[in-house]
Amino acid sequence: MADELLIAVDDFCECHQIEFSFIKNLQEFGMITVITRQNTHYIEESELGKLERILRLHDDLEINVEGIDTINHLLVQINNLNAEITSLKNRLRRYED
Amino acid sequence: MAFIDYYQVLGIAKNASEKDIKSAYRKLARKHHPDVNPNDKEAQHKFQELNEANEVLSDPAKRKKYDEYGKDWKNAEHYQQQAKQNRQQRESYSGAEGNSGSFDENDFSDFFGSMFGGQAGGFSGSANRAKFKGQDYNAELQLSLRDVYQSHQQTLTVNGKHIRITIPAGIENGQTIKIKGYGGAGVNKGPNGDLYIRFTVSNDSIFKRLGNDLYLNKEIDLYTAVLGGPITADTFTGKVKLTVQPGTQNGSKVKLKGKGFPVYKKDGEFGDLYVTFNIAIPKNLTEKQKELFTELSKS
Repeated sequence: MADELLIAVDDFCECHQIEFSFIKNLQEFGMITVITRQNTHYIEESELGKLERILRLHDDLEINVEGIDTINHLLVQINNLNAEITSLKNRLRRYED
Repeated sequence: MAFIDYYQVLGIAKNASEKDIKSAYRKLARKHHPDVNPNDKEAQHKFQELNEANEVLSDPAKRKKYDEYGKDWKNAEHYQQQAKQNRQQRESYSGAEGNSGSFDENDFSDFFGSMFGGQAGGFSGSANRAKFKGQDYNAELQLSLRDVYQSHQQTLTVNGKHIRITIPAGIENGQTIKIKGYGGAGVNKGPNGDLYIRFTVSNDSIFKRLGNDLYLNKEIDLYTAVLGGPITADTFTGKVKLTVQPGTQNGSKVKLKGKGFPVYKKDGEFGDLYVTFNIAIPKNLTEKQKELFTELSKS
């Protein structure tokens, strides 16, 4: 994995003014993956969007980590169902055209 | 610009307490938050309205001004412009060193600016202190099956910006691709959002597509079906010669390997083409032909 795709957790916490314990908590819940290299903690850039969404749900709606975890699971299910609907619509088109 | 009744937006009475406002905002924000309603533009718009309403009504000073000028905000804006002009005149006469921030009109101007555009749309309580990735944009692009048979470049205009993208061959109807960094600008110097383009692929061909495979109905005459023989069939790239086996049944299929649709992002890989034979029964037979068929039926 290229280093430029990693973001230091300290930088992220400073930028968003949050405690490291919050990130640690999310990691314990299995919601994000923290990578440790030479005693420095990083998150992958691809997880940035998800992490910011978690922060917004936490800050804007005062939803606790358990609630956010549930929302994330439901959103994944919704996305999968949407993908399945699209796939089924495409199959159906074959018989409708 | 239409007047927005923030009390109505939050579904509360004019004399609602701070607690009522907060409670109404929390309840509606949970329902309409963009993160729990992905790709729902209506929810995003509603959430912006909620944020605006909460920003104004939860601040006693702003609420007071809104209550005072709310219904006549257009006149208030006019008044504000006049006041600003007067202030600029005063400043130019006195060689003012800058804005002291003590003018009520300044607050008022910012207040209306944030209420009716400009800063609207940020996430409450967090926009001022943290960097956030900009808003993701969603766009829809209509293409035909022929368009997506080959990779091609296309220039799109999204929010006034021209973006040249490569559309890979084999893209599916309903598939969405992400163009990184082409969404809304980040908040507080955060990274830009992304642009999501959803493709609608219409079928303008004689083929039916299912994944990477194509399906074609081919009519053959009875004699070819019975005796076998060469025919030509259409593929996406032209005609090919096929040999029909003797005794071919109506509805039977042959697979033309690699003559289907390109596999998405896999250069040189193609699905298959399935040709279904529909046997055309001859009509308007001559007497001689009828005799021959009768003879055949007895054999």
